[in-house]
Amino acid sequence: MDTNDSLRVASLWHSMHAISQQLSPTVGCLGIELLEADTFDLHCFQSLTGTKFFVVCEPGTQHMEGLLKVIYELYTDYVLKNPFYEMEMPIRCELFDINLSQAIQKDRVALLGR
Amino acid sequence: MAPVAPRSGDAIFASVEHVNAELFTLTYGAIVRQLLTDLEEVEEVNKQLDQMGYNIGVRLIDEFLAKSNVSRCVDFKETADVIAKVGFKMFLGVGASVTNWDADGTCCSIVLGDNPLVDFVELPDTCQGLYYCNILSGVVRGALEMVSMKTEVTWVRDMLRGDDAFELQVKLLKQVPEEYPYKDDE
Repeated sequence: MDTNDSLRVASLWHSMHAISQQLSPTVGCLGIELLEADTFDLHCFQSLTGTKFFVVCEPGTQHMEGLLKVIYELYTDYVLKNPFYEMEMPIRCELFDINLSQAIQKDRVALLGR
Repeated sequence: MAPVAPRSGDAIFASVEHVNAELFTLTYGAIVRQLLTDLEEVEEVNKQLDQMGYNIGVRLIDEFLAKSNVSRCVDFKETADVIAKVGFKMFLGVGASVTNWDADGTCCSIVLGDNPLVDFVELPDTCQGLYYCNILSGVVRGALEMVSMKTEVTWVRDMLRGDDAFELQVKLLKQVPEEYPYKDDE
């Protein structure tokens, strides 16, 4: 996926998430957390500041909430603390990319279940 | 996965990497000193420190939320408590207490027991109007703005000015609703 694809998916998800909040019969609904499709699952985590993180994975993959939490921490460490990152802009931080690709390795994710 | 329990300020402070306190204190001193040289006016320096704090606050809030596992606060009282007990402890290593609530619960004071920023500082006569720790008020304001609370944060007591404690007054101006401004007719 290139940057444009990511932006497209993200903006699509952003709108769906917002619409789901309005449509939900539950009062105080915070939006879709999990979308299950035939070929993929999409897990979403929204921080209290409103930043959304989502992961697209094979159906039935475990420990995704834990993974999203780890990614949130990586984001605060390697993106927000980078003085040259501008808020609300696409993330181009090498340290974040490196740590992110480590975090999503299968054996690491399995450890989150413990 | 079961929801994770919020962590105490002490626990988080113990688990993150620290820098040497003296390095931190002296670096901050150097920044303030440089600002005084560059801007000349004490009032301007106060403003600049507040702005710098604000810029830090809007980013730091996410680290706070990610590492402390605190969930949404029910009211401003809880928010103030969390800032004092968890926030200050986590980032500065000092505890603070919350006092002086006004009747409608929108204004309170956070009193710092200890303040590592001022370890070696004596305000000279030429800088009497300086709020040396103004960066902290900016941080609190910036952080709260990111969780939809507009606040006004001011120093009411400052040990560098001869008071007996550091007291930060936090006043809730308004709570911005989180929903996007949907207008169906547009």
